[in-house]
Amino acid sequence: MIEIKDIHKSFGENEVLKGISGKFEPGITNLIIGGSGSGKTTLLKCMIGLHHPEQGSVAYDGRDFTQLNTEERIEIRKEIGMLFQGSALFDSMTVEENIMFPLNMFTEQSRSEKLDRVNFCLERVNLEGKNKLFPAELSGGMKKRVGIARAIAMNPKYLFCDEPNSGLDPKTSIVIDELIKEITEEYNTTTIVVTHDMNSVMGIGDYIMFLHQGKKFWEGSNKEIAKTDIEELNDFVFASRFMKAAKDKF
Amino acid sequence: MNFTNFGRYILLLKAAFKRPEKWKIYMKAIFQQMEFIGVGSLGLISIISTFIGAVMTLQIAFQLVSDFIPKTIIGSVNRDSSILELSPTISAIVLAGKIGSAISSEIGTMRVTEQIDALEIMGINAPGYLILPKIIAGITMVPVLVIISMVLSITGGYLGGTLSGAVSAAEYIQGITTDFNPFTITVALVKAFVFGFIITSVPAYEGFYVKGGALEVAQASTRAVVVSCISILACDYIVTQLLL
Repeated sequence: MIEIKDIHKSFGENEVLKGISGKFEPGITNLIIGGSGSGKTTLLKCMIGLHHPEQGSVAYDGRDFTQLNTEERIEIRKEIGMLFQGSALFDSMTVEENIMFPLNMFTEQSRSEKLDRVNFCLERVNLEGKNKLFPAELSGGMKKRVGIARAIAMNPKYLFCDEPNSGLDPKTSIVIDELIKEITEEYNTTTIVVTHDMNSVMGIGDYIMFLHQGKKFWEGSNKEIAKTDIEELNDFVFASRFMKAAKDKF
Repeated sequence: MNFTNFGRYILLLKAAFKRPEKWKIYMKAIFQQMEFIGVGSLGLISIISTFIGAVMTLQIAFQLVSDFIPKTIIGSVNRDSSILELSPTISAIVLAGKIGSAISSEIGTMRVTEQIDALEIMGINAPGYLILPKIIAGITMVPVLVIISMVLSITGGYLGGTLSGAVSAAEYIQGITTDFNPFTITVALVKAFVFGFIITSVPAYEGFYVKGGALEVAQASTRAVVVSCISILACDYIVTQLLL
């Protein structure tokens, strides 16, 4: 479980996060949603230590990340898998080398054991046999899937996904969403997905935190979101005519 | 580089020199960088050094018109100029353009495409993994390239002088073997070591802190070459002043 308490973060005069608290449970898909500039990516970066919050705590199963020294943080980071918006695959490495990279760095496994793990991860994301391709040879959806395979290579306890559907067609987006949900349930990971994709919200949002102007405005599940009458949330989630019609029917 | 940038540069170097997570992985990266910096630059350095040596001989011969000055001077002036200044400094400036821009672009692109963030999230010391192998490769391979450059520059002088008739082979060889001071080699290698460090660390710093996109990566690359060249010339003066 990841628990955040009273997170504040500013960039100069601009206060981006204004005291956000919440709990993210393992085994369910936790979503952070909000409009552009609402602070969701900043919150994610504060949680994983790429930004340092001015105030507040981020506890990974009781271990306060903000209070740890560098070595202790590195130990927690070994338990984290992350899927980046642009996949962030290492250009100079093949798919196989990308997935094997954390294993090479942090394990003493033999080459065949590592290769087995790579093949298992590739199979898990339906990319068997793509070992020798370079990132430049992959489509956007395939890159995301390799990103997921790399993220799960070390059996992470915590999985973070930053806009996993951006730039993907609707069908591939659903494949990625389902993959994230399956992995979360299968390995009981604490999964946090930052998104503004409404298909993801309605499809896999077991727990949803809605941010608005740097504050937590609402939290609940995808079943509850359709029934809410909070104006800011409705304006965001049901912005399109199609979603409005769907809500009316719901 | 203002004081803030200099402070960040020092802090980045401190992070880069932390104990590696796994030496085996770093060694592989070091050898890859050595191949890129050393073998990859050999052709360019060879061509430039040979021509500079040849042109140097012709220009010295052109300026030495007095009958009171023996032609063997052409060889010794060419030798000392090549060893002390031309081979280390010209090679370093050329390498700053070739290698420095490549390092800055590579690390800058990794920054803007979140590859550096990915390394940090994995618990890897990104400055160490990305910068340390480049610095080690730079401080080992640049001196090797400078030694090759010295040999080729002197050889180029021989070829240029004898083919044009500006100096005879015997006079040139007598010139390069007379009054040779081996300490000049030491000075050149100290310069090469310092330049190797600058050529790799300054562009790595510029790339590591890029913010933005393709335009900013290109700007960082240009800045890396400019700052490296100025730093090389400043250090060239300091090392020369200290050692000679």
